[in-house]
Amino acid sequence: MSVLIDKNTKVICQGITGSQGTFHSEQAIAYGTQMVGGVTPGKGGSKHLGLPVFNTVRNAVDETGADATVIYVPAAFCKDSIIEAAESGVKLIVCITEGIPTLDMLEAKIAVDMNGVRLVGPNCPGVITPDECKIGIMPGAIHQAGKVGIVSRSGTLTYECVKQTSDLGYGQSTCIGIGGDPIPGTSFIDALALFADDPQTEAILMVGEIGGTAEEEAAEFIASNVKKPVAAYIAGVTAPPGKRMGHAGAIIAGGKGTADDKFAALGKAGVTITRSPAELGLAVKEATGW
Amino acid sequence: MNLHEYQAKALFKAYGMPVPNNLVATTPDEARDAAEKLSTDKVVVKAQVHAGGRGKAGGVKLVDTPREAADYAESMLGTHLVTIQTDAAGQPVNSVIVEETCDIANELYLGMVIDRESQRVVVMASTEGGMEIETVAHETPEKILKAELNPLVGLMPYQARELAFGLGLKGDQIKQFGKLLGGLCKLFVEKDLALVEINPLVVTNAGDLICLDGKINLDGNALYRHKDLQALQDKSQEDERELRASEWELNYVALEGNIGCMVNGAGLAMATMDIIKLKGGKPANFLDVGGGATKERVSEALKIILSDPEVKGILVNIFGGIVRCDLIADGVMAAVAEVGIKIPVVVRLEGTRAAEGRKLLDESGLNLVAAADLGDAAQKIVDTVGEAA
Repeated sequence: MSVLIDKNTKVICQGITGSQGTFHSEQAIAYGTQMVGGVTPGKGGSKHLGLPVFNTVRNAVDETGADATVIYVPAAFCKDSIIEAAESGVKLIVCITEGIPTLDMLEAKIAVDMNGVRLVGPNCPGVITPDECKIGIMPGAIHQAGKVGIVSRSGTLTYECVKQTSDLGYGQSTCIGIGGDPIPGTSFIDALALFADDPQTEAILMVGEIGGTAEEEAAEFIASNVKKPVAAYIAGVTAPPGKRMGHAGAIIAGGKGTADDKFAALGKAGVTITRSPAELGLAVKEATGW
Repeated sequence: MNLHEYQAKALFKAYGMPVPNNLVATTPDEARDAAEKLSTDKVVVKAQVHAGGRGKAGGVKLVDTPREAADYAESMLGTHLVTIQTDAAGQPVNSVIVEETCDIANELYLGMVIDRESQRVVVMASTEGGMEIETVAHETPEKILKAELNPLVGLMPYQARELAFGLGLKGDQIKQFGKLLGGLCKLFVEKDLALVEINPLVVTNAGDLICLDGKINLDGNALYRHKDLQALQDKSQEDERELRASEWELNYVALEGNIGCMVNGAGLAMATMDIIKLKGGKPANFLDVGGGATKERVSEALKIILSDPEVKGILVNIFGGIVRCDLIADGVMAAVAEVGIKIPVVVRLEGTRAAEGRKLLDESGLNLVAAADLGDAAQKIVDTVGEAA
């Protein structure tokens, strides 16, 4: 078992003929992901990377029976792409693109929710269930099938979590990059709830960062709903207030969203916290007693 | 991206919101002419900088004559204004706004933000105008009134009435507030604002509403579709190195330490700063080279870090996903060849093509210290810089 995706997940790619879509679809195929097609308006009927290309997402889903779609479309067109996907019948949308206007995301999120679809991202590395299915831009080789569920707002910090849990031999059940934007499709709580119900996931490693109050909300959720051991790290203790730290959502505004507040809330909820990003794996070890 | 007060007020006016008559001046003569043209005897002259707290810092003055307006403008223009919201160097004052005065019966607060928790655009209003809204939220949260906009229909007239009654407005003011807030909501959505504040929103003795101050923050991700707003960027208000970095699509934020950082990914870049601090060192900057790093951009990133005279050592921390470590190594070597780096550099390469990258650096003959992992890298740079200091 795993969450969101496994070896049976059929995936299409929106923007498959673009450079990003091409490169990462090739990587996904090499990893063993069941890529079944792609969408580029106007190129329907052609083949790309040996896969059928469709004009619309609905065509692609109807013809291939895809369960999931990954979006590598430029930011200016993502609202349209996300809503098209949400109304096409897929169950999972993973949007990698960074830089989508916030008001576009507010509207896209409504369409996603109305259709009962799960959106992961935007501005995220994607989702991977090691040895089964890779949807996104993460380097496949560092992953190892195993028992830790990883959820993070940051791409490269997810890789750090993966490496450290692989080095300790724990491996990962599924890794979910929820992305660095202020309006994420999937929240920490959504991901925690999935891991809490997944038999393969024996412990959860969560990585947050400054900005917003999603980690504080997650802490409350963990205290009352998650029985599995949870370890956590928050990036940005040294970030100055009022400055956007790379991610659109990583900003301490009006005294809210500091790393210290988040550490405190998670600690209070019984989560094993580490203040060192070099000890993410060790925090899991401490939380589980492995 | 931030706007100046005069730019915000021009947008308010364009959306039918009441603002005092004003003119912008960049020279003392222009300030005098402006004061002469305006209709009130007294005028207010305000320094235009991207920072709050101007009043307490001496950046706002009520003057009686055009001559005084010119004198005050002369004393402000070309200087740096230090407020509680700026760093010690302050922000350069390149223009002032000269504005008609009005009598004040009451000061209110009106603002709009995108609320991350509810995932809605939210209007906030308070009777506690003139105070920082964060202070009000902290001390008397019951005094902040809120209305969430339904994205399908936008602001409903009842919401404006509810807020107006809540603010204690009466009679024609209810109608005025409805029109003002209608304009503000339209502005927020049409121009992709991230935040807008009118503090204070004044009720005059005659009972009219007027926007006495204005602050606007734009969604940088949406600027591509607003050519008119792009033209409002004032580069003089931004940190020189941050600006140079943004031209190379690098995310750089200056800090006050002495260990420069070059990292890929925003989260890892913050984590790298954090671990340097944890090991007893002080990070000099946040720098994310991003997913699409090229040799040229990596090289430029190093040069930007080196342009900070405080930097006594550099930590390069790369976990290659999309970014290839051998390409980062190339960029580092190119920068070293071009500018000559005389301070210690610790390099940690992991992920895509890490072995190739490490080999390139090993064989380069350059004075670089290789690190095994993130903890080792942070320890090495902190020790090295600590010894040198």
